[in-house]
Amino acid sequence: MELNFTLNGVPISCSLPRGSELLLDVLRGPLEQTGTKEGCGKGECGACTILVEGRMVNACLTLAAEVEGCEVTTIEGLAAGGSELAAEQRAFVEQGGIQCGFCSPGMIMSVRALLDRDPDPPEAEIRRALAGNLCRCTGYSQIVEAVRRAAELRREEAR
Amino acid sequence: MSPYLGKARPRPDAAEKATGRAEYIHDIRRPGMLHAAIRFSEHAHARIKGIDTLKAERIRGVRAVITAQNTPEIRLGFLRDNVALKGEKVRQFRDEVAAVAAIDPDVAAEAAAAIEVEYEPLPALFDPASALDEGAPLVHERDAAGRPLETNLMPVHFRHSSGDITAARSAAAHAVSGEFSTPLIQQSCMGTAGALAEFDPRMNLTIWAKTQIPFLAQRDFNSALSQIGLAGRNTRVIVPALGGGFGTGLDTHCYEYIAILLAWRTGKPVKILYKRDQEFAYLSPRQSSTVRISQGCDAGGRLTFRDVHVTQDNGAYGSWGATYPSVMMIPATSLYRVPNIEFDCELVYTNNTYAQAMRGYGNPELTWALESNLDELAEAAGIDPLEIRRINCNEPGEVTPMGLRVTTCGLRECIEGVGERLGWKNKGGWGAGKKRGVGLASMVHVGGSGRIYRSDASGVILRLDDYGNLYVASGGVDMGQGLHSALQIMAADSVGVDPERVFITQTDTSTCPWDVGTHASRGAFTAGNALLMAAEKMRRQLFEAAIDLYPDLVEQARRSWIRANPDTPPADFDWRASVAPERFQLRNNLLSLRDTPPIPWLEIDLAKLIRAAHFRAGGGEMFTVEAFYDPPSELPDWERGQGNMSACYTYGTQGVEVEVDTDTGDVKIVAMVSVLDVGRVINPQALRGQIVGAIAQGVGYALYEQVITEKGRILNPNFTDYKIPTAVEIDFPLDLEYIETDEPAGPYGAKGIGEPGLTPTAPAIANAIFDAVGVRVRDLPITPERLLAALHARYDDHIPRRAPNAR
Repeated sequence: MELNFTLNGVPISCSLPRGSELLLDVLRGPLEQTGTKEGCGKGECGACTILVEGRMVNACLTLAAEVEGCEVTTIEGLAAGGSELAAEQRAFVEQGGIQCGFCSPGMIMSVRALLDRDPDPPEAEIRRALAGNLCRCTGYSQIVEAVRRAAELRREEAR
Repeated sequence: MSPYLGKARPRPDAAEKATGRAEYIHDIRRPGMLHAAIRFSEHAHARIKGIDTLKAERIRGVRAVITAQNTPEIRLGFLRDNVALKGEKVRQFRDEVAAVAAIDPDVAAEAAAAIEVEYEPLPALFDPASALDEGAPLVHERDAAGRPLETNLMPVHFRHSSGDITAARSAAAHAVSGEFSTPLIQQSCMGTAGALAEFDPRMNLTIWAKTQIPFLAQRDFNSALSQIGLAGRNTRVIVPALGGGFGTGLDTHCYEYIAILLAWRTGKPVKILYKRDQEFAYLSPRQSSTVRISQGCDAGGRLTFRDVHVTQDNGAYGSWGATYPSVMMIPATSLYRVPNIEFDCELVYTNNTYAQAMRGYGNPELTWALESNLDELAEAAGIDPLEIRRINCNEPGEVTPMGLRVTTCGLRECIEGVGERLGWKNKGGWGAGKKRGVGLASMVHVGGSGRIYRSDASGVILRLDDYGNLYVASGGVDMGQGLHSALQIMAADSVGVDPERVFITQTDTSTCPWDVGTHASRGAFTAGNALLMAAEKMRRQLFEAAIDLYPDLVEQARRSWIRANPDTPPADFDWRASVAPERFQLRNNLLSLRDTPPIPWLEIDLAKLIRAAHFRAGGGEMFTVEAFYDPPSELPDWERGQGNMSACYTYGTQGVEVEVDTDTGDVKIVAMVSVLDVGRVINPQALRGQIVGAIAQGVGYALYEQVITEKGRILNPNFTDYKIPTAVEIDFPLDLEYIETDEPAGPYGAKGIGEPGLTPTAPAIANAIFDAVGVRVRDLPITPERLLAALHARYDDHIPRRAPNAR
């Protein structure tokens, strides 16, 4: 079957020979968007978190066919236009929220969804929002600080 | 005062990782690449009677099916007790019996499942005690040389004996003993295991490997090439972004050899990737252990003896993890001052999954027993737990019974710092029924690398290009811990360039110098020292070149400055008299002379100097230097337990306040304090990530994590049934303090800090639980079930049970 959707603002057409392909495999395979990671394949770790119509989903649990006609955002499309880093990415870089980096793209996508929902979340909400994104390196302290910083940066940008 | 050292700086690869551009093994593709899948054993112990690969071979898209029957044997492991593909028998559920290369991963998996294997099951052993019973079946009937074996005890020996323990035991005013256990733990790298192997037309191998030991891996893979008839060919090991290491990359693995065999058989690049459930079931977890310990003290609380016996269920094959006792000996002999010590261990082959290294490498296992038991001793002696640690505190300059030469040691400050920051005086002490409690535990670990191999060295190559960019090539691996961040900062400071002009070369055996590997918290220490040596050479070469070239460059600069500023007369200063190698200084890519007035044209862009030297008429030069640093340490005599295995030692203490719910057995961490002697802070951001990340692993180790097995089969191969801490669990205030003891052997005074963070966490928590509710749990993890059982056993019926609906 033929799949049509918008990936990071660009219209995409691709064929799904089986029809049962997972969105994660299509993104990472034929579309070569390897920023979205596979950490578990079961929706447990959050490394494949992306946004579909602005809602966060695990790409490993989503059939590619489900995003027909949808707007999909991955880590590659997070920074608008020519800017190198989006606020969330800049904050993760500056605050030391990144170590091995494997969880980072999914984590950052979850942060985008959180801050779209609540521009100034309290710490408990930040932690709850990230509970579906596992990280084995950081112990989360500097990640939580990065989220606070991202919220600040976004407010500054909005001004 | 360095402008970079001790200041928070993002890691050099942070932006690549934040944008999804960093390339992990999962992301690498090669033209014509095939995908591999492995057929694993279905028995814990069985003889292989036959393997039928016909159905698998007939599946469309399959390019090769290999077994022990149709490929040369490749032996691996430091005891050479493992083979890449098993032919005679399987000894564990994770044994590799056959493998497939196919055009995509799904076809490969389908074909692997279609392989038919006929087994004759054998009696199997699932615990060390029964494996040591007389007449127990043998996991290995022969050793690698073909000599018959008579026991399941592994042929590895680690012992220490000092003083007179019998006399000390009978003279002790107080003595306690206990048995403590630790479980199998999954390292749980977020990036799963994988490798990509490719032969060039001359049959040299390139392998992208998720390894922490690229150079020992090169040696292992070259040996494998010899075993398949390619002696004299070479392996190039390239290390992609790692996605976490935590010890999983200390050995070379069967799956890597299988990728090599399939690439050799098919002539195509072959990639193998583990799925998460495979990672849990087929990648070796952390060793489990049982530690029997007794300790005694005199009436004043001074430790008089320590007796430690360790049993490790090693599983079916020997990995480097079988040498955990080499590190266990460090706390056993050198945490606190103890004059009479016995340490021995037995490592036992069983039919459980074979275990390997993880962060801390035996130290958390031993410290768990030692520090829990020390609290028991404090209680028996009626001494405050903090006080007994102060009384027996290690001091700078001491030589421990193992022969460890303690250079700098901030343990006293660590213990006292934890006491103050935790409010120990107001909170400490026992009281039955109290739900809140405090506990603490200390640790010692190698801080100046750990010599477990004849060389403990790191090489570094520095190269400056024509534009003043500095390339740092190190054989060490950044697995997320921040080695490259430390090297960037140290390189910028020691050479004198802008950190943004420092580029870390991808770890690759064809471009980077030899390094024994990234373990033992050694990366920043050893590579840092090598880097400082190389930087010194680089500056010498630059400054020597500058003697001739600097005057002309200054003259040019002066002229262009006059052209640009015609109204300002140039300063009248005879700089030529100051030109001498020792007067040059280099800071932020600018070469100038020390002790001269601030004249702008005296500052020359490093790139100009380099180009002038490079293109100098009559013979130019390039700026590439190398250095090799081997720390001043000794390879211990393991059977005597003697030898100063590290150039320095890292001491630290953690304190924790917990709240125990006596109805549910839940333990909530209220606050945590860590005071650690780090020598010197290089990058506070990277340091904090290392310490907090390790503490989070320590919390998982203490409270939840456990690979559950039943007759050798792993029952919880996923993150739903195997919990690692999430952002919600690590929500307590975490107070970190660093003691800077300025270690003379360390680069800028720094010590290794990769592993210490997780080492004392579990006993600190258990000690706090005891303080809170008066029960001691001796087995990790301290699950609610375990704690409730202990509470019920302790209180029996003394606790009034609330009637249902009483709330």
